[in-house]
Amino acid sequence: MSEQVTNILLVGVGGQGILLASEILSETFMLAGFDVKKSEIHGMSQRGGSVVSHVRYGREVFSPIVPEGEGDILFGFELMETYRCLPLLKPGATVIANDLRIPPASVLMGKERYPEGLAELITARFPDFLLVDGQKLAARAGNQRAANTVLLGAVSKRLDVAEEYWLQALEAMVPRKALDVNRKAFLLGREL
Amino acid sequence: MKEILSGNEAVARGAYESGVLVATAYPGTPSTEILENIIRYKEINASWSPNEKVALEVAMGASFAGARSLVAMKHVGVNVAADPLFTLSYTGIKGGLVLVTADDPEMHSSQNEQDNRNYARFAKVPMLEPGDSRECKEFTRLALELSERYDTPVMLRTTTRISHGKSIVDLEERVSSLPTPALVKNAAKQVMLPSNARVRHPLVEERMKRLSEAADTMAVNRMELRDTGVGIITSGVCYQYVREVMPHVSTLKLGLVNPLPAGLIRRFAARVERLFVVEELDPFIEEQVKAMGIAVSGKDFIPVCGELTPGRLRQAFQGQDVGLDEAPVLPAEPEDVSLPGRPPNMCPGCPHRGVFYTLNRLKAYVTGDIGCYTLGFLPPLSSMETCVCMGASIGNATGTVKVVSEEEKKKVVAVIGDSTFLHSGITGLMDMVYNNAHSTVVILDNRITAMTGRQDNPASGFTLMDEPAHRTDLALLCKAVGVKHVRVVNPFDLEETRRALQEEMERPETSVIITDKPCVLVKREGVFKRGPLYTVEVEKCTGCKACLGLGCPAIQWRSTDGGKGVSFIDPTLCTGCDVCRQLCKFDAIGRAK
Repeated sequence: MSEQVTNILLVGVGGQGILLASEILSETFMLAGFDVKKSEIHGMSQRGGSVVSHVRYGREVFSPIVPEGEGDILFGFELMETYRCLPLLKPGATVIANDLRIPPASVLMGKERYPEGLAELITARFPDFLLVDGQKLAARAGNQRAANTVLLGAVSKRLDVAEEYWLQALEAMVPRKALDVNRKAFLLGREL
Repeated sequence: MKEILSGNEAVARGAYESGVLVATAYPGTPSTEILENIIRYKEINASWSPNEKVALEVAMGASFAGARSLVAMKHVGVNVAADPLFTLSYTGIKGGLVLVTADDPEMHSSQNEQDNRNYARFAKVPMLEPGDSRECKEFTRLALELSERYDTPVMLRTTTRISHGKSIVDLEERVSSLPTPALVKNAAKQVMLPSNARVRHPLVEERMKRLSEAADTMAVNRMELRDTGVGIITSGVCYQYVREVMPHVSTLKLGLVNPLPAGLIRRFAARVERLFVVEELDPFIEEQVKAMGIAVSGKDFIPVCGELTPGRLRQAFQGQDVGLDEAPVLPAEPEDVSLPGRPPNMCPGCPHRGVFYTLNRLKAYVTGDIGCYTLGFLPPLSSMETCVCMGASIGNATGTVKVVSEEEKKKVVAVIGDSTFLHSGITGLMDMVYNNAHSTVVILDNRITAMTGRQDNPASGFTLMDEPAHRTDLALLCKAVGVKHVRVVNPFDLEETRRALQEEMERPETSVIITDKPCVLVKREGVFKRGPLYTVEVEKCTGCKACLGLGCPAIQWRSTDGGKGVSFIDPTLCTGCDVCRQLCKFDAIGRAK
């Protein structure tokens, strides 16, 4: 078992299912025998604000939040929020993001523009960047609402935890009627 | 069995395992999930109280009858519960009583970042501070045991990162050997007439002295000697940050933060060459260690404001020569591209939106209150001038109209939610009527305590345990305190809302307007009903942007080739509230076909 603590950040917009995804990650790491800590902020942030969830696992984890500049993997649910979170990463970190843009209030009102070219800017700073059309792949699995699970599959591929624990965690955390689609979506993500 | 639990879930589990019979709270971030999770354990009678003072008084009553009880609140809730707390310190308890205070350094979801460790010292009660979920469960049990052993309420202090952080917890069985509660008369101990209270106060002082001595050998106060060049006294989540950033230094981890273990602190200080305290917010531990005549530092270089993080701690300790290699790079907004912010917003279909839109157009001076509607402060609604604490809107309005001109009085409107009104708005309204203040109060009755995530309250018709309950009649209540003009309006009807506001603002009397549409997040069947979908007819839209003045997340601006641009309604977000249709002068917004 690795001595090192691995730092994962999940980021997006309130209501996107970030908390469930971070629960599945944590459950998986616990099943695989690691110490796990996770942290996020509820409350104001749920009303459509930015949400960041921190998940850390290893032999022994102290801080529940990822130390600034030490993020290993960024799991982005929305492109601009993914970009906003880059300063928390360490050089050479992996970024996996859904190709989804959710305009904030100021953009909806036509007062500001949603920035262009974010994907290129991310690649320039973090070459290990995977941009996923989560909705399209999820639709192939049977329901485009399982986009998060596709990305989770892609994230899982880059972590040193056996597939069986991921599937066990999915089974424990995903509602029974959605399990089949999510399992398929997860396995599609693992091929990315 | 092992489970990953949040601090709040672990406190709930700890209460269950310790045989708690009664749990009460008023919801407040970051404490809310304690009671939401405690209802999993059917052995516990759990309830929302109208406010934290009542919650503590209910828990006290159960304790006096011999039951173990828990009461939970956010940090500012303790201000409301402080009155019973300070005298409960004198009466002591019968069944163990733990008061959970969930503090919010950094003000993630609060109006201030008061450090409630000061309350423990002020009220002379012991306080435990857990550093992860495992300790949240263990310390809840220890709090109840200490409570009974020392005849005192015990405070358990968490902070946001502990309450909402998750870690692995071992689950155990519930204790089964506790005495059955019953009426026990013990008036001299529980009737705090001066003659009785004078007897109790010396016992409080003596109790704290005994606790202070016992603290030196309590297992939750733990000396961990590593490199003895540097020693750090710390507690709670700060312990985790110290271990993360400076794994080589010696630590004294305090589980009991009031009273402090003076002997143990002296022993630790004698073992290390240089001594620091790492704590969030106030120099609570540091000042007491200094008062013991021990050389120590901390707040001269560690920030008092905001929460700590591993990076902020590392940055603070640069220049202290404690063996840290490199300075951290603290995150900043990126420089290569400007990113629009993403502040929280009222939901699509929120019944508050039209009310604030109208208040804005009427140029009202709005005294605000605590809830989702505080977001009425943000543009484009931009109509709130004050927001201080639960219930303050009404008193603020009363005070303001005492001193401004007759014309300006007409602009003053207090805005308060149903739950906040019941929490501490009624007394303010009573005062407004009693002292004849001419102002208008709008009660935004959305049938739920929304901001903290949809909790029931006395006006929602259900209890925490999901049992049907009497629904407090807000209009009748206002009439009972003497408000002659109470109107109920549909906030989705802008004309009706505007007329009601305008008429009542003109009236030289106290009046109340109650809006009666439910929160879109209420899941209970039959409460919130989605309306028909609305859409923009592109040919009719002139691009005047009137509908954008609502700041509804479902309405988006889309630029058109060569044209001025048009509005677009996102069908996945629209709830059919109809408010935007009423703003369109060109009939471009209508029901989708």
